[in-house]
Amino acid sequence: MTVNNHDPLISALRTLSCHPPRSVVDLVFSNWIIISGPVGELYVAFTDHGVNFVRTAESVHRDDAEFLREYRERFGRPLRKATRPPAGLVPALRGRPSRALQLDLRGLTALERDTLEATRRIPAGQTRPYGWLAREIGRPRAVRAVGTALRRNPVPVLIPCHRVTTSTGELGNYVFGADMKKRLLRAEQVNLDEVHELAKNNVYYLGSETTGIVCFPTCSSARRITHQHRRGFRTIDQAIRAGYRPCKQCRPAAAEPA
Amino acid sequence: MALLACLVDDLDEGFANLVRSEQRVVYSVALRMTRSPSEAEDLTAETFLRAYRALRGYDRSRVLALRPRSWLVTIMLNTWRNSLRDASRRPNLMPSADLPDRHAEDQDVEQAVESAERQRELGRLVGQLPVAQRLAVVLRHVVGLPMAEIAAVLKCPEGTAKSHVSRGLSKLRTLYDAVPPSRECNFAGRREQR
Repeated sequence: MTVNNHDPLISALRTLSCHPPRSVVDLVFSNWIIISGPVGELYVAFTDHGVNFVRTAESVHRDDAEFLREYRERFGRPLRKATRPPAGLVPALRGRPSRALQLDLRGLTALERDTLEATRRIPAGQTRPYGWLAREIGRPRAVRAVGTALRRNPVPVLIPCHRVTTSTGELGNYVFGADMKKRLLRAEQVNLDEVHELAKNNVYYLGSETTGIVCFPTCSSARRITHQHRRGFRTIDQAIRAGYRPCKQCRPAAAEPA
Repeated sequence: MALLACLVDDLDEGFANLVRSEQRVVYSVALRMTRSPSEAEDLTAETFLRAYRALRGYDRSRVLALRPRSWLVTIMLNTWRNSLRDASRRPNLMPSADLPDRHAEDQDVEQAVESAERQRELGRLVGQLPVAQRLAVVLRHVVGLPMAEIAAVLKCPEGTAKSHVSRGLSKLRTLYDAVPPSRECNFAGRREQR
């Protein structure tokens, strides 16, 4: 056997040591940033796959350490402060949902992911009941599971779980408290007073006598119905029996069991 | 060791230093075991994530007592074995075979064998060694781990580790000498010899 120093095989083996193609620091570390949101500042964390955690500054008492602790507890990933927000975040927070904005929802169950993806499709300024969401994901009986999935939503505001309310027109729970839910909805011009007023009169659906279409009260079509042509319904079945067709945009038929 | 003291001081900052200083070792070994650059990259990232999660639960004295290289390589090997086991339970998710190597073999190599080509060939030959010998040779001669740490990774006495290295190396030498790159320039010639 030759001496190591002059052994061509051993010298050749040494050349097999190589750097990974991308920095592993970038793959392993999450980044965090404070950014101004629709109602106050937000802490946002993101990985190389997209945004995976959002907290209001209020909810972490404006304490960086508390946010970081909560993040590590939940994800077990190291963090470093980012110098720039991820692509698409700024437009999304200004109410312009952007395709560039990637969300990292790894680690969630299929039901959680389905729920959040359906929630993401609720337009700004509108609300939907929990039961509607359960129907939208093809699990009409899983209303409670849907509620749990929303409570665990890692990226509130960006996935607008604040737009999901109870079927009786109450706001329902929110990860950052009912008051924040109200503020977020008001910031999107949801007329909560009107929704509340209708609910007091047991009205959860609005039909238009001119078009014969029935909607959720916050649907953009419902908001265009003039007062004298507006008809309220307690259930979607009542509306259908009265000859109304469920709106194809807000799909209110999904709110009731078939 | 400054790296470990830094970890105790500020876990996240210390961890970035640890990743920067050890990513090459972990990736190089992972690449030799998985034989696929993309799998090796995933495995390396997963290894460091697991290491971070473990470190969160370690107290000061345990962190300071770590031998980071053999510790990280051990985590990487456990992760790799788990992924192989999971993959065999779900056959459709079998890790891809080493495409680059097969490509190299199929290539009609009439031109002079470049050093990159030789390196790839050597990588392929290393991949033919039995796992324990391959691991021992890679740890000793590719990433230069001391024998005591190799023994820790292989979970065997140092003497056994040494014999894995030397047996692996001599098997590799036989394979390597069968393709003397300077004298013989094409793979067709080697095929005829078989």
